[in-house]
Amino acid sequence: MRDFSYLRATSPDAARQAAALPGAMLLAGGTTLIDLAKCGVAEPDALVDITHLKGLDAIEVTERGATIGALARMGHVADHADIKSQFPAVSEALWQAASAQIRNMATIGGNLMQRTRCPYFRDPSNFSACNKRQPGSGCSAIGGVTRGHAVLGTSQACIAMYPGDLATALVAFDATVHLGDRRVPVDEFFLLPGTTPDKEHAIEPGEMITAIEIPSSIAARRSTYLKVRDRQSYEFAAASAAVGLELEADGRTIRTLRVALGGVATKPWRAHAVEAALKGKALEPEAVRAASLLAVEGAVDHGANHYKIELAPRVVARAILKLGEAA
Amino acid sequence: MTSKTTIPVHLDINGQHHELRLEPRVTLLDALRDRLGLTGTKKGCDHGQCGACTVHLDGERVLACLTLAAQAEGRTVTTIEGLAREGELHPVQAAFLEQDAFQCGYCTPGQIMSAVACIREGHAGSDEEIREYMAGNLCRCGAYPHIVAAVRQAALEAAQ
Repeated sequence: MRDFSYLRATSPDAARQAAALPGAMLLAGGTTLIDLAKCGVAEPDALVDITHLKGLDAIEVTERGATIGALARMGHVADHADIKSQFPAVSEALWQAASAQIRNMATIGGNLMQRTRCPYFRDPSNFSACNKRQPGSGCSAIGGVTRGHAVLGTSQACIAMYPGDLATALVAFDATVHLGDRRVPVDEFFLLPGTTPDKEHAIEPGEMITAIEIPSSIAARRSTYLKVRDRQSYEFAAASAAVGLELEADGRTIRTLRVALGGVATKPWRAHAVEAALKGKALEPEAVRAASLLAVEGAVDHGANHYKIELAPRVVARAILKLGEAA
Repeated sequence: MTSKTTIPVHLDINGQHHELRLEPRVTLLDALRDRLGLTGTKKGCDHGQCGACTVHLDGERVLACLTLAAQAEGRTVTTIEGLAREGELHPVQAAFLEQDAFQCGYCTPGQIMSAVACIREGHAGSDEEIREYMAGNLCRCGAYPHIVAAVRQAALEAAQ
């Protein structure tokens, strides 16, 4: 790891200004940044430590929704009683992510800024071509070992999978990211790779995530996060689904459905087509399974990741049916 | 902005105060092992994937390999060397001995630090929960069944 200078921020404004200087980066939990610095992927000249700032870690839940400070840590949010009761998918996405140690370190703001786990991206000494790391250098993953790569939202420049769980739940429930006074819907905060895979987030130099806000809804209260992976715990998703459900008074007709996918796309992936296909329909296994196939509309595989196209709709269907049973 | 050479770092470790001068990039793990001789905390993967470097920061389990030493300033650090009290093993250490919860022992300090926190968090209510909440500590020898038994025993003792 190359050396850098270290500055402990004394206020959010001072942190934003210091991190806007060329070569400077904000440091929160460090679980992504210090790791990538050791890999030689991140090469900051200066780190601006914001973990000692006060007042940015509050978790507030009212009738209107939840506001979670950027420095609230994943483990604390996962275990928060009101998050568990009002936004179960958010709590479940968090406690199924990473390990207990990492969840005690990693902040909510930092979680949104985590980078892909694409092994080619993480290994500059062996793979010089990576458009995400070095724009225009090419993509080592295309034609390489692709088992963990995206099938949705890819481009000719990049097929790296977005690995996070939390944002998958956030995008399902229309959360917004607070960048000081500026508000950005989570769905717009994450960018498709297109021709500029190096630009992953709709955040500019001099901006800092200060909070996330999740509006309350009946579907958010009746929600779940189903994560399927190669091992039972401490692993990224092979495919995951955040699902929320609101039924009509008859207890079987779908009034509102929210569906988002993780582990299969280049960004947290809202599946509007599945939601629309089942709106007003009875919650029945065959209909749910048929509609869930729409989750992977437009999917493109790169060989070894083909299984995700079959797996993702099954995960979506299982999550919806599980919610239906838990009446 | 601070120079890139070295910075003063004050650390509170196992109740003892230490004053060091470190390059900002030095992790808490390297400061513990290489500067302070506290080699109980192990370096496994050095990338946050194995849990061998687990220590407590303000009483919560974290990974020393992904924490800069400078970030630990003003916080309380507890390592495996700080668990025993007046020559008496911590109950989790004793449970690991009784249950034979290790083979080579390299992951054991991290397992024990993680287990102490796991029990304190209230995440040791069943074998299934213990497995989930201890998943961040890998054991290459495969002593997992005995580790679960040790955590279960210590959790039961703590509840009495």
